[in-house]
Amino acid sequence: MSPPLVRPEVSKGPHHLSENVMHFARVLRAAGMPVGTDRIQLALQALSIAGLESRADFRATLATCFIARAEQRTLFDQAFELFWRDPDLAGRMMAMLLPKVQAQQGLMTPSSQQENRRLAQALFPESRNKQGDSEPDKVDIDATLTFSEREILRGTDFETMSADEWIEAKRALRELRLAFEPLPTRRTQRAAHPGRADWRATLGVMARHGGELWDMRWRRPRERTAPLVVLADISGSMSRYSRMLLHFAHTLARADTRVESFVFGTRLTRTTRLLRQRDPDVAVAQVVREVKDWSGGTRITACLHEFNRHWARRVLSGRATVLLITDGLEHGDTHALAFEMERLHKSCRRLLWLNPLLRYSAFEPKAAGIRTMLPHVDQFLPAHNLESLEQLAHVLAHAADAPPRLH
Amino acid sequence: MTPLPTSIDDTAAQLLAHDYVAERSLATSVYLALKLQRPLFLEGEPGTGKTEIAKTLAAMLKRPLIRLQCHEGLDLAGAAYEWNYARQMLEIRLAEREGVSRGELGEELFSGKFLIKRALLQAIDPGQPVPPVLLIDELDRADEPFEAFLLEVLSDFQITIPELGTIQALQPPIVVLTSNRTREIHDAVKRRCLYHWVAFPDAQREYQILMKRVPGAPQKLAEQIVAFVQKLRALELYKLPGIAETIEWTRALMELDAIVLDPDTVGHTLGVLLKYQDDIAKLQGAEAQRILDEVKAAMA
Repeated sequence: MSPPLVRPEVSKGPHHLSENVMHFARVLRAAGMPVGTDRIQLALQALSIAGLESRADFRATLATCFIARAEQRTLFDQAFELFWRDPDLAGRMMAMLLPKVQAQQGLMTPSSQQENRRLAQALFPESRNKQGDSEPDKVDIDATLTFSEREILRGTDFETMSADEWIEAKRALRELRLAFEPLPTRRTQRAAHPGRADWRATLGVMARHGGELWDMRWRRPRERTAPLVVLADISGSMSRYSRMLLHFAHTLARADTRVESFVFGTRLTRTTRLLRQRDPDVAVAQVVREVKDWSGGTRITACLHEFNRHWARRVLSGRATVLLITDGLEHGDTHALAFEMERLHKSCRRLLWLNPLLRYSAFEPKAAGIRTMLPHVDQFLPAHNLESLEQLAHVLAHAADAPPRLH
Repeated sequence: MTPLPTSIDDTAAQLLAHDYVAERSLATSVYLALKLQRPLFLEGEPGTGKTEIAKTLAAMLKRPLIRLQCHEGLDLAGAAYEWNYARQMLEIRLAEREGVSRGELGEELFSGKFLIKRALLQAIDPGQPVPPVLLIDELDRADEPFEAFLLEVLSDFQITIPELGTIQALQPPIVVLTSNRTREIHDAVKRRCLYHWVAFPDAQREYQILMKRVPGAPQKLAEQIVAFVQKLRALELYKLPGIAETIEWTRALMELDAIVLDPDTVGHTLGVLLKYQDDIAKLQGAEAQRILDEVKAAMA
């Protein structure tokens, strides 16, 4: 049997218990878990039935009520350990949660150093470092370029752009009209023209007219846009393009389809949530700050392997379009690279490779990595200036040559 | 219908009596779901006994099991109800001959008589003697719009049919939802449920499960199998073997009259345990031998 609960207040009565559970829920909420009031009530209801016999039961009861996603388990476990084990720490925390009591700096014990940083910030809100919240530089520029200036800008390579041009390019990107290729689904919607019979509606009409009028109603397959997955290389050789392509990904994320984005250098990072921030500059800055390997080396094979293993089955679903943004300069085992590329290609509907190296008109795929990857992509496109990104938007909006299939 | 268990221990004991070896935390979630009349949302790797828990609950509480297998494009007509159009049309023809008035026909045509009840509606049908166990299996396979259909069922145990009105369960059914997590289920669904992550069992529990499920298995073989599979789960494989695979493998090995694991038999039967060619290729030969040696060394 596990040891009994350490928190002495719990046994005293329901009043303290509910207070503590509520505080615990608030800590979880501050650490980023969406724990609503209804969940707290549910937990209290649950605790009145079970969960007070042992620490393990107590934990299981709170877990089943508060957790909603698999990835929240780690956070919950750490928070539970911190909140319900160390009576001293919890006591100090209670003091902190009371209004008007200022927390002291340096309360963190060395043992808790390796705990989740988000959790630490939730438990000790005073020690939060403020540098991350600084206002983004606001750049206001009169954006009335003439036509010819726009034309020049469209053709300018991202790498050679001046600061002003860069800002202007970002603005142009935001104005990009995005449409996505519609795919038929297995669901239907009402239609005006003959197709599939809508018996329910037809009989409804007939019933209203006493069974006399044969007025057929129809349905047709409903269409949905293809989801998009962006895999962007952020290694040193790619960093400037990647920055612009992150802006592009941010624009995509506002479009009317599901967009998942990942960046990779020496390791793979999922950036979907970071790019949800509305302001593109803040969003991209967030990615750069969070990603540890920005402008570092690149390990394409290893990162593709990680993607295939952990994410492909969750985000690809067989109908997604994948945008792979990399220069493909991978050294080492081309065999493994070919294997991972093939797997990636087979688990999505369309694989588009954007390679800024295509800016050189005389580009030939000579590097071993590029030659290995090429057979496994559907389209190989440049991505070094605004014009090429506009082309890309066009490619995304139109069906591939492959025959249509139901999804 | 047997009464609900009275405590967590009771829940665990009753599940065990029906050959389901539940972790304490799972028993807690099940007990709370039964007591609070909340749906139970189970997520976890394939083959860890998520579907099995619903079946066991049905057997344990002596209630009928209604299963809704989710798939892409599943809609109301497939999950909840559908009108019997053929019968409705016949009814219209008959009505024409007998000269039934319009108003009467309109009412008659969309009455319960012409309703085909699918899984969700069956589960909350007030007319049934015993509230059933409703298993909504592999919800991640259905598309997102389908989840919205579930919200009304999960929170109020009712379904609204525009032509007929709202149908509500007299006694709420026991609802179990499972997901293999090939995509994230919307929070609105999860909010209405109790959540439990079904993890791979540890060696001791896996052995217990194996002995429950394959009663005739030789003890030594079972111990080796469990140790081998536990080691496999630590490897970098595309698809880790679940409990279901362990059980299947044990049955396969018993069919082959194996008493202990040897490299040849392991090599020939890997297809029962692993379902990706790359995983199998990785384990053929030297790697399997190495793990087997480790297992034997640990057990000696």
